[in-house]
Amino acid sequence: MSTVYEPSAAPAATARAFLEVRDLRIHFPTDDGLVRSVDGLDFTLERGQTLGIVGESGSGKSVTSLGILGLHHRKNSRMSGEIWLDGRELVGADPDDVRRLRGRAMAMIFQDPLSSMHPFYTIGAQIIEAYRIHNAVSKRVARKHAIDMLGRVGIPTPDKRVDDYPHQFSGGMRQRAMIAMALSCDPELLIADEPTTALDVTVQAQILDLLRDLQQEFNSAIIMITHDLGVVAELSDRIMVMYGGRSIEQGTVEELFHSPQHPYTWGLLGSMPRLDRDRTDRLMPVKGSPPSLINLPSGCAFHPRCPHAQGPGSPCTTVRPELVATAAHSGHRVACHLSPEQRLDIWENQIRPNL
Amino acid sequence: MSSTPLLEVTGLQKHFPVHAGLLRRQVAAVKAVDGVSFSVAKGETLGLVGESGCGKTTTGRMIMRLLDPTAGSITFEGREISRLSQGRMRPLRRDIQMIFQDPYSSLNPRKTVGSIVGAPFHLQDIKTEHGVKRAVQELLELVGLNPEHYNRYPHEFSGGQRQRIGIARTLALKPKLIVADEPVSALDVSIQAQVVNLLEDLQNELGLTYVVIAHDLSVVRHISDRVAVMYLGRMVEIADQADLYTRPQHPYTKALLSAVPVPDPAARKERERIRLTGDVPSPLNPPPGCPFHPRCWKAQPKCATEVPVLSERTPGRSVACHFPED
Ligand SMILES: Nc1ncnc2c1ncn2[C@@H]1O[C@H](COP(=O)(O)OP(=O)(O)OP(=O)(O)O)[C@@H](O)[C@H]1O
Ligand SMILES: Nc1ncnc2c1ncn2[C@@H]1O[C@H](COP(=O)(O)OP(=O)(O)OP(=O)(O)O)[C@@H](O)[C@H]1O
Ligand code: SF4
Ligand code: SF4
Ligand SMILES: [Mg+2]
Ligand SMILES: [Mg+2]
Repeated sequence: MSTVYEPSAAPAATARAFLEVRDLRIHFPTDDGLVRSVDGLDFTLERGQTLGIVGESGSGKSVTSLGILGLHHRKNSRMSGEIWLDGRELVGADPDDVRRLRGRAMAMIFQDPLSSMHPFYTIGAQIIEAYRIHNAVSKRVARKHAIDMLGRVGIPTPDKRVDDYPHQFSGGMRQRAMIAMALSCDPELLIADEPTTALDVTVQAQILDLLRDLQQEFNSAIIMITHDLGVVAELSDRIMVMYGGRSIEQGTVEELFHSPQHPYTWGLLGSMPRLDRDRTDRLMPVKGSPPSLINLPSGCAFHPRCPHAQGPGSPCTTVRPELVATAAHSGHRVACHLSPEQRLDIWENQIRPNL
Repeated sequence: MSSTPLLEVTGLQKHFPVHAGLLRRQVAAVKAVDGVSFSVAKGETLGLVGESGCGKTTTGRMIMRLLDPTAGSITFEGREISRLSQGRMRPLRRDIQMIFQDPYSSLNPRKTVGSIVGAPFHLQDIKTEHGVKRAVQELLELVGLNPEHYNRYPHEFSGGQRQRIGIARTLALKPKLIVADEPVSALDVSIQAQVVNLLEDLQNELGLTYVVIAHDLSVVRHISDRVAVMYLGRMVEIADQADLYTRPQHPYTKALLSAVPVPDPAARKERERIRLTGDVPSPLNPPPGCPFHPRCWKAQPKCATEVPVLSERTPGRSVACHFPED
């Protein structure tokens, strides 16, 4: 899985990943208190690879991606840590520099294509504008490029549909037009936040195929945020599971699905019915409800809901577990106080047989 | 399964007029539901699936009589209810209840849990043995909430808990039939299972009958006895859950099932996915003949001209296709 990395962009000694997020914190002061939406997040992503991010609603997935794109207002948010994109640090960078990178080096596909497209301008006009911000070309050339992109994402007769307004497109077509817009400048990093949630499964399958093809063609890095574990399994090389503003488990897609180690990850896998297995009598829900980000539970944020928590006074309730490698040199990392032997035992004997 | 179905729907249609111009003349009609038939036995769960906009919610709302059908009949316990006046429908409202998709907007934020769940008792003027409060607290317990939550407000609860509050309210009138429209899709994956299990427990305890509308095919398989597949306002296949999922006979059902992403990275290479081209057509001008023909890989000339009717091929198994799979 090695990707060609050109060290010219960064000093050779650092040998940073294409995208490297270090101890990222994004907090929002509110009337109710400080919301710690992202609270010490680390991950990396290489070119040509897809990182799937899954996790509880409100665990900080969207806030993280908006943070990478520099889309949080500095007035009402506090951001610290480091985000390295191709050797450039973005957290401390001039907002104007980050804005210039947006659209060219990195782009985002949002969940709801209607709300992120302007209803009064044609699809074509919007792609043309996005393209011309970053490329000094004539309108004619940009228009040709827009038609080209629409064709590439599978819009039939793009030369006619380019002048349609967003409402004249179906949901699936709008999502494809969004992707065409996001890809019009060949971004090196593409963040897709629930890109197919609003779509039907047959259309979703088309979009996933499209993302895969485009990634092969452009060797872009993709962050795919979704609550659908099926989508993640299908598209990702690596997966990060988030809970309460932190990453609680990371690894390759095989590691996360075939030998997951965190109790919350087990909970996620056990709580969804699966078409690829025999029908079970009962689902195994995760008990309780998601945590408050203002008053995150002490110790391990998952402890009030964790069936394997070791009770009052134990590290589970007092010490926040760090994300550590499950074995020497392993990229599979987990944040849980259970010993590797305990986790293996629980997984093999209690969890896996019931999945 | 008993012999007379609790609910029977025949040839149900709903066409929404589209108006335009100064005089607001009707220029077209959205054929949201265009001839749907099915029946549900007492104690059974029927799953209703299909792509966005295919008419699932509209069908559910007609069963509830929240919408008047354009044509067709709905019988409940052998009695025709599709033309009953709202007044004569009122006593029946107790028997047929609906669970809505969105646990956030379907509860009044200014009312306490107690008054939300207790409202149906007052509205329908129902006598309770030990007073409304006791009855409400029993319901809260039944759905796995703490009876002490009686005086709390909806915003103090998580999504899964709010959905339970909605379910408790639904159960207050001891309904016979519950139409659940996307009961878990707004919930976190980790919470969905809580609500699915609850619905199953309640069915076992109270002998409830469900029509569950959902787009998540895995959830539907888990919860349903039989499954009906809709496409563009029509019923294209209806069968026992196990038959439908293992041997779909309508090409659309087959494509739909093959498109569901499987949460197993080992499977992604082996799986054979049927790739449909083209978009879901609009119910404003549905294609002639079989509504699926512009996207169907098995389509023949006949498909573009002749509408395939839903017919029973083997007992309990109906398909609307000229060239069904075996
Ligand atoms: N501008 C803001 N001010 C205050 N709180 C915020 C702000 N933006 C986000 N939050 C909070 O930060 C938390 C994380 O939100 P985020 O949108 O990242 O969640 P998510 O993981 O994407 O969830 P979902 O799966 O529901 O999309 C939430 O509790 C949210 O309410
Ligand atoms: N009041 C209305 N007036 C006009 N058209 C309507 C009305 N209500 C629904 N429709 C249309 O009828 C069709 C069926 O809608 P319906 O809500 O029943 O679909 P659905 O299967 O529930 O979809 P989803 O999965 O997205 O909820 C859609 O094309 C919709 O736009
Ligand atoms: S640290 Fe303790 S509470 Fe947290 S996941 Fe591990 S066992 Fe559960
Ligand atoms: S009737 Fe023809 S077009 Fe319709 S599903 Fe069957 S084979 Fe396909
Ligand atoms: Mg989000
Ligand atoms: Mg609906």
